[in-house]
Amino acid sequence: MKEYTFFPGCSSEHNASAANMENSVQAMCRLLGIKLNEIDDWNCCSASIGYAGGGQLPRMALSARNFALAQKQKGNADLVATCAACWLAMRETNERIETDDDIKKNINTALAEAGLSYDGHIKTRHMVEVLIEDFGWDALKAKVTKPLKGLKVAGYVGCQTNRPFGVCGDSYENPTYLDQMIEATGATAVPFPMKVACCGGALMFSEPDKSCVLTKQILQSAVDNGADVIVTPCPVCQLNLEVYQGKINTTLNTNFNIPILYYSQLFVLSWGGSWQDAALHQQVIPAEPLRRFA
Amino acid sequence: MAYDLTFAKDVYKKSEMGHWIKMCMQCGVCAGSCPLRAHWQHSPRQLFQMVRAGKRDEVLKSSDMWMCTSCYNCIVRCPRNLPITHIIHGLARYAETEKMTDPMQPTRRFAVEVFWKNITATGRVGEAMLTMRLYFQDGIGSGIQKALEMKDSALGMLKTRRLNPIPFRGKIKGYDGFAKMLAKAAELESKLENKE
Repeated sequence: MKEYTFFPGCSSEHNASAANMENSVQAMCRLLGIKLNEIDDWNCCSASIGYAGGGQLPRMALSARNFALAQKQKGNADLVATCAACWLAMRETNERIETDDDIKKNINTALAEAGLSYDGHIKTRHMVEVLIEDFGWDALKAKVTKPLKGLKVAGYVGCQTNRPFGVCGDSYENPTYLDQMIEATGATAVPFPMKVACCGGALMFSEPDKSCVLTKQILQSAVDNGADVIVTPCPVCQLNLEVYQGKINTTLNTNFNIPILYYSQLFVLSWGGSWQDAALHQQVIPAEPLRRFA
Repeated sequence: MAYDLTFAKDVYKKSEMGHWIKMCMQCGVCAGSCPLRAHWQHSPRQLFQMVRAGKRDEVLKSSDMWMCTSCYNCIVRCPRNLPITHIIHGLARYAETEKMTDPMQPTRRFAVEVFWKNITATGRVGEAMLTMRLYFQDGIGSGIQKALEMKDSALGMLKTRRLNPIPFRGKIKGYDGFAKMLAKAAELESKLENKE
């Protein structure tokens, strides 16, 4: 059993948009022997648009409070995030605190108001890094009892689970870790030229017309390459690609109906978990191409 | 006429990561890497040169930096390793603190008026409230229209338990300390922004 400090983030809460990610990640961890120790009373990381309302100190104080709570509750154990924006914000904040003495001093003056302090030393890792680095491809493949044979999957890495930090030294322009994950479940990773293109991120809320054009190109590329489903590690990518398909179909004259899944859902199903374990009942666009494996 | 360096010096000192602008060699890789390149008037490269040329109003009133989706393409491709995404975020924030941004700029409005208020009100994102505030920011009529447009998706989210039917959420347990921490951080931040 491997243990990690866990920061689920707002979209992974009960009744929140990435509840299907959270539920399938928890099932994946049970099957793999990972214990996730959630930080008690964590707060929002400020996501990617927190800079505009928060500037640098209030924005980074948010992540610093999470680190301070984590250290107090769980020591310096590696902190695992499943959301791309959480992973990025936490890692960035830790780097700034550890390398910039003014930031460290000011952040700690702010944290003191909450009776907390933090001067670094917790490593933030993405769940996919834990799978690849701490378990490895052979261990992930060995768990497969129900290979997803014949399922064609477009591996959509997106932006922030790739840039700026990268995953396990993989390429920024053509990362292959997600394709390898897909293949590890017995499914086929189709060629997917839009695998690192941007879905619009938070601008889907403020500039939906501009963002829908980006998302449409991603969906079109997956369909053109014969994908039955798209798989992603990112909750914003998942939301934008799934929930806006209807709007894209109406406004941009398309006819998409392609399920958007998480890598964790593929693992759970191929490792013998149930439809419910994989949270496949929580898809807005039903995951019909996966029915035959359930 | 000699260059007026006042604005450039202000940006180097007060805008997050602004000092990196000195290092830009004007190659334009950032411009070609931006997913919203069809929608801005000036690329990051051009904004940086405008900072150096002292074009304060043109830079700070621009909506260009509000087009950033935080995709980090420019950051990983910059041959000089400038943290371009962060410089752009910094310029957007600097324009905001200087009260130069058009208050109706959609991403400025969402990020500052809706998102930041939403997360600091309880400590976590309240997705249902966030969406409601966003849809209804221009009044009931356009709100209903936007909500109807997304009706099927919203019902799908509700049915799959990925949207809370109750838009109000409780505060985190340590909210008092959280609020004091943010107030102190904002106070220190404004000292940084006003330093001469």
